[in-house]
Parts: sequence; structure tokens; C-alpha cells
Amino acid sequence: MSIYDLIFYLFATLTIVSALMVVSSDNIVRSAFYLLATFFGVSGIYVLLGADFVAVTQIMVYIGGILILLLFGVMLTSNITNVEIKKGTAKILPAVIGIGVLLGALVSVMTRTKWKLQLTEIPQTTSFELGKLLITDYVLIFELLGILLLIALIGAASMARREQE
Amino acid sequence: MIEVGLTHFLVVSSFLFAFGLYAILTRKNAILVLMGVELVLNAANINFVAFSRYGNLGLNGQLMALFVIVLAAAEAAIALAIVLNIYKTFGHVNVDEIDNLKE
Repeated sequence: MSIYDLIFYLFATLTIVSALMVVSSDNIVRSAFYLLATFFGVSGIYVLLGADFVAVTQIMVYIGGILILLLFGVMLTSNITNVEIKKGTAKILPAVIGIGVLLGALVSVMTRTKWKLQLTEIPQTTSFELGKLLITDYVLIFELLGILLLIALIGAASMARREQE
Repeated sequence: MIEVGLTHFLVVSSFLFAFGLYAILTRKNAILVLMGVELVLNAANINFVAFSRYGNLGLNGQLMALFVIVLAAAEAAIALAIVLNIYKTFGHVNVDEIDNLKE
């Protein structure tokens, strides 16, 4: 077993175990912190796939942005000193059965399909190539995403403040 | 154990997807549902990047993953604003007890 495989199994275990803890933990704040480990594991998997820029973006945006937003959401919407954070047990058994069947089907499809493998030559650093693609082939999507982010920002700010009139 | 290939990454993403879907289906707290959505988006992202590596598709898959990350950020901001409004209106964020858009 090469070192690459070893690192992959490490990150895969980290990702899957912490994702399981996210969905099974009783405490919502703990869930949020397990989510940090999940995002970190996923970014390690990106590195193993040769996607260095995506991995760094994952850490910056997910851990530095989305996770902080979620934590703010948790702390603004539930009384932390109050233990009774309703975690919910809505119909656990049917959900577990359904998800189990779905997971089995997905894994069996993924493992049995004969994928046509053809390794891409990934450059040592991808940011240069990604930047070139962003301002040539994908320039329209790039601009649209910028506008979308602006709209989302304005919309979120105005929606969150509406009550104060 | 066999050498790590495309299948391994796809299996990891399947697990992430299933856990995310489980959170979306069973959790009552809206924030936990949001976390489930983030898990599902991450699973899709792993697939994009893995096929970009093993499918001879160049860097297009990685770009799609970047776009998904941007959309996830926008989605989280909007969803949090909605959740805050729900909290102001109802005093809680349990999605199974919310049956009105306003009081």
C-alpha cells in the first residue's frame, strides 16, 4: 500500500466518520464543529485528486465563510444555555431504511460500473489554467456568478433587517 | 487492499450524499437541514473533481466544483436570512411546526 493510499484512507475515514457525527450528534453546536472536520477531509480529498486551488477555496469559503455563517445561525436562533435544543426524531426508522437502500444502490452502481478510465494530465499548479479557463471559455458564467453573489448579498441583508422598521 | 482509484472517491461521495439526505429528511432544526444540504453539495463536488481527474476532461470538472462552491455560499447566506426571519416570527426554527409564511 503506497503512501497515497494511506493518506486517502485517512481523509476518507475522517470525512465519513465526521459526517456521520454531524447527522447523529444530539448537540447542534457539536454538529457544526464536526462539519468543520468533514469540510477539512473533503479538501484533503481534493488535494489527492490534484485540485489544489479547489481545495484551498474549499477551506476559505466553506470553513471560513459558510461554517461561520451556520454557527451564527445556530447562536442567533437557539438559546445556548437552554439545553432543550430540539434535535428532532421525525420518523427515524423509515428514513434509515430508505437511506440504507439508497446508499447500497449507489455504492453497488459506483463499484460495478466499468468506468472508462483515462488519467488526465493535471498540471502541478492548477490556478494558472483555471484562471485562463475562467476568462475564456467560462467568462459568461463567471460574470453571471458575480452578479448572482451581489444579488444574494443584497437580498440576504434586506431580508434579515426587514423587522426593524 | 486494492489501489485507490476512481471508485474509492465515488464511494466516499456516496456516503456523504446519503448522510446529507438523512439530515435533510430527519432533522427538525432548520440549521441542521442546511448542514445536510452542504454535505450533499460536497458529495457532488467530490464527483466533479474525481471525474475531472480520471475522465480525461481537463480542468472543466474542477471549474464546476468552484461554481458549486460559489452557489453554496450564496445559498447559505439567503437560507440563513430566511431562518432568522422564521425565528423572529415563530420563536423557533423547527421545520415541522412551521406551516405559515407569516403570522
